[in-house]
This record gives sequence, structure tokens and C-alpha cells, in this order.
Amino acid sequence: MPESAPAGLRRPAAPMQMFWAFSRLALQGFGGVIAIAQRELVDRQRWLTATEFLELLAVSQVLPGPNVVNLSLMLGDRYFGWRGVVASVGGMLLLPMLVVLAAAALYGHWSDLPQVSGALRGMGAVAAGMILATGLKAIRGLHKNPLGLRLSLCYAALTVVLVGALRFPMAAVVLGLGAVTMGHVAWRLRQGAST
Amino acid sequence: MSALSAADLLQMFLHFMLMSLLSVGGAITTAPDIHRYLVQDHHWLTDAQFTDSIALAQAAPGPNLLFIAVLGWNVAGPLGVVAAMSGILLPSSTIAWAVARWGRQRPDHPAVRVFTNGLTPLTVGLLLSTGWVLSQPVLGHGRPGGVLLIVLTTAVMRWTKVSPMWLIGLGAVAGALDWA
Repeated sequence: MPESAPAGLRRPAAPMQMFWAFSRLALQGFGGVIAIAQRELVDRQRWLTATEFLELLAVSQVLPGPNVVNLSLMLGDRYFGWRGVVASVGGMLLLPMLVVLAAAALYGHWSDLPQVSGALRGMGAVAAGMILATGLKAIRGLHKNPLGLRLSLCYAALTVVLVGALRFPMAAVVLGLGAVTMGHVAWRLRQGAST
Repeated sequence: MSALSAADLLQMFLHFMLMSLLSVGGAITTAPDIHRYLVQDHHWLTDAQFTDSIALAQAAPGPNLLFIAVLGWNVAGPLGVVAAMSGILLPSSTIAWAVARWGRQRPDHPAVRVFTNGLTPLTVGLLLSTGWVLSQPVLGHGRPGGVLLIVLTTAVMRWTKVSPMWLIGLGAVAGALDWA
């Protein structure tokens, strides 16, 4: 199935290339993989535009299951069918799982050292900054939204208030506010079609 | 690590399959219920083992979902990893695959456009919310170095192509020296 390829976009040559690309990005993903996935898939490999990445992530988030696994799976399937799925999900999970199990085996010896918990806290600060930057970069993906950039950002800000500040359950916000935004998009599209 | 019977492993596999279907928003959202199942109901893990497993998976590279692998390992070794990971992945991945295929065959279907365009603003908001939530323990620790580290990382990742590995290393060193 031919994909519409915007200028400058590339595609992976083989499933093995996807396996290594996903291994590479997963192994850099301390405190979460989404920030690295955006950097590697959009900026470095250029397999996706910023908008496509945001759309895939949006769908991955509302479906059950780990977001990054859903995202890898959808991207792998797009290029190489089930072989792509095995390559991308395998790349995302296999080597990092060996690393984390080895760490689990060793952790007992170090867990009491204050330097270890301090290092974990410092890495946590970097992980927080990385995901904030990912959110700021993802704004690029809103420019073509039928709601327009300003209104999209209002909805994004409302989500931050509800989920980040007030700690509403994410599922409730996605279903509740998501119903509102989807209704708004549907209304805009119908308006656009009738004029 | 206790010796679980085949029936126990099968039961754990089935329970993780159920968790998979409920894990909207990522595997980590099921952690409270998995805690109830493994620690309270079956006593396969202690409370400390459970908390350490999650902290470790958060700190290690890779998807946060790998806390499931660590839990499986601590419950029943390699077989526990297979039972827990296949359980948490198979149902949700099957659904994601089916949805991806359906959506890609109809990229201009109004429902697909409404669905994705309605959710992308929320996704941006959720990313920023996650950053906010992850910042809280650092802000709570009250070191200016921690705040500086968050701001520096955000700026470097947003506007430069510097490898994040340098920042991770910087964060680990600053934290170990208790600057952050």
C-alpha cells in the first residue's frame, strides 16, 4: 500500500533496520521512551512527520496497552506487516528487558547507598525535562488541526490543569474532554464542508 | 522467589491479560490493581519488592512497562517473566493492530479524522502533564540544582540536537553528589 510521503520523509529499508532503530531508542529511554522516540523517528530517521507522530501517539494513548508498544506496533505494521510488528516491538522490548532484569539481580547490593537514590533522583529530573520538551515539540503537530492552533492549545492547557494539577484520572479526562474535542472537530469539519 | 505451580502461572497469565484490556493510559495505570493481586491476595511478593520493582524499571532504560517483567521475575523467575509479559501484551496489542489496520485503510473516513484530530490536543496536554508529575519529587526535594536540571533539559531537548545521554549522565552525577 503506497503511503503518501511528504517531502524529506524516508522509510526503513528492512525489518532488521527497524529492530535496531527501536533497540537504539529504547536503550536511550531512561525514565520513558516517548521523548527519545520523537527525536529518533521524527528528527533523526525521518520516518514520520511531527503531525503523524502526534496522531500515532494519540491513538496509542486511548487504546489499552503500553503507548510506546502500541506506537511501535502500528509503525512496524505500516511498513512490513507482521514482520515489522515483530521487529519493532521486539526491538523496543528485548534488549531493554535483559538490561532491566540484570539490574534487578544487582539492585539488592546497592539499594541502601544514598548516592544511588540521589542518582535516580537526578535522572528523574532529566526525564521530567525530556517529556516537557516532547510536549513542546509536539505542538508542531497541531498546526493542521481543524480546530486551529489557538483552540487546540486551549484544550491542551485544559488537559494539563485536569490531569497534571487536579490529578483527575486520565481515562476519565480522555473520555470526557475527548468527547468534547471530537464533537468540536466533527462540527468544524461539517461547517467546512457546507461552506 | 517461590516455586509457583503451573496452575498458579496460568492464573497469573490470565490476570495480566485482564489488566492488559484495562490498561488505558499505559501499563503503569494498572499498578494499583497488580499490587492488590500479587501482594495482598496471593502474597507472592512483599510490599517492598513491589515498590522496588517499579522504581528500578523507571530508572532503567526502556519502556516503563518493563516493571511487569521485573515483577514476573521476582514472582517466578524466567517463566514468571513470560507469563506476565505475554499476558500484559497480547490482548492490547491485538486490539492496537486491528485498529491500526482499520484506520489505515480509511485515512479519509470522517470518523478517523474526528478521532485523531480530537485527541491530538489532549495528547500534547498529557505529555506536559506527565512532565509536571515527574517534576514533583524533584521540586519536593527542594534543591535549586534539580529545578535547573529540569529547565536545562527542556531547553536542550527542545532546541538542540544534543544527545539526551549526556543529560542523563549529568543528572546521575548531580544527583549522586546531592546537588539535585
